[in-house]
Amino acid sequence: MASKNTTVSGLFEFLLQMGDSCLILSHRNSQWCGHGPALEEDIAISNISLDLIGQTQLWLALAGEVEGAGRSADDLAYLRDAFDFCNLLLVERPNDDYGLTLVRQFLFDAWHLPMLKGLMDSTDKRIAEIAEKSVKEVAYHLERSSDLVIRLGDGSAESHRRMQTSLDELWSYTGEMLEYDDLDPLLISEGVVPDGVAIADAWNQHVTQVAKLATLKIPDSDFVRRGGKNGIHSEHLGFVLAQMQFLQRAYPGAVW
Amino acid sequence: MSSGKTSSNTDVEGSENKEQRKQETPLWEIFIRGQHGLNHRHVGSLHAADAQMAINNARDVYTRRNEGVSIWAVKSTQIVASAPSDKEPLFDPANSKVYRHPTFFDIPEEVGHM
Repeated sequence: MASKNTTVSGLFEFLLQMGDSCLILSHRNSQWCGHGPALEEDIAISNISLDLIGQTQLWLALAGEVEGAGRSADDLAYLRDAFDFCNLLLVERPNDDYGLTLVRQFLFDAWHLPMLKGLMDSTDKRIAEIAEKSVKEVAYHLERSSDLVIRLGDGSAESHRRMQTSLDELWSYTGEMLEYDDLDPLLISEGVVPDGVAIADAWNQHVTQVAKLATLKIPDSDFVRRGGKNGIHSEHLGFVLAQMQFLQRAYPGAVW
Repeated sequence: MSSGKTSSNTDVEGSENKEQRKQETPLWEIFIRGQHGLNHRHVGSLHAADAQMAINNARDVYTRRNEGVSIWAVKSTQIVASAPSDKEPLFDPANSKVYRHPTFFDIPEEVGHM
């Protein structure tokens, strides 16, 4: 259990940030199912979607439990509107081409892995258990996305161009991942959430190293787009939710 | 490809070259060992740029339902196969030689099931 001092709403919000980012990225990747550029990629990206949806269930179930209002993971996923979602803006970016999808996955994975490693030492045992369960899957996600970013960045002139364009386009969305501004400071001081500086360092180090091997240039802009974690989203999230939530909205309470 | 101008691979570096472009993702044959102690068994094939990518792809394509503890990947071009047209000289001579099966021995009771 988290210490009594941690506010319920602060913890709830953090759990939504984790769960919602996994959920929306999972949905985005699932949109490639049946449309991947090769059979191998199609299956791989769908596998990642399934891993992320599994993690979403754990995070949102715990969020519902912490909130104590009787909402299940499904309620939180299907019955909230865009302004209640706390996912990163990065993960709601449209798929565009497969290059952008891979770069988005890579930038997310490079944050996700050190975050989960940090959360494995969380003073809240329930959080540590979810992190422990997810970390192996995410280690593979990062290995795979790093490998493909290097291959395509250092590939043909066209693949290099697409990877560089994607990196330039997504760069301003990465700062939001590494900031803790919106987080209840008690979560950090009580060791529920790991130190943000260590995660940002790990992210920077890995991304710089992979970009170098991929012959990609890290954009030198430090402009940061913010808002996702506070429910201020781009218009794209509305379309994602319209598709994802349609069934529960049209047929409330429908089950398998 | 006789003319680079008509190449459909215009987005691939080097496709303007008159030489036929080397296939970027050749075929690999994948073998999975299901459990310790069993043999690796052929499960299918896939495309990959190199050995590491073949292993990664095999992990995603063939082990998603917890099928394996070990993966082998072999380039399909490295497989030497018997020709279907050689079927008769290769296999027919073994047809009528029942004495090659070890079924003519009396197995002592105490040995039990073999």
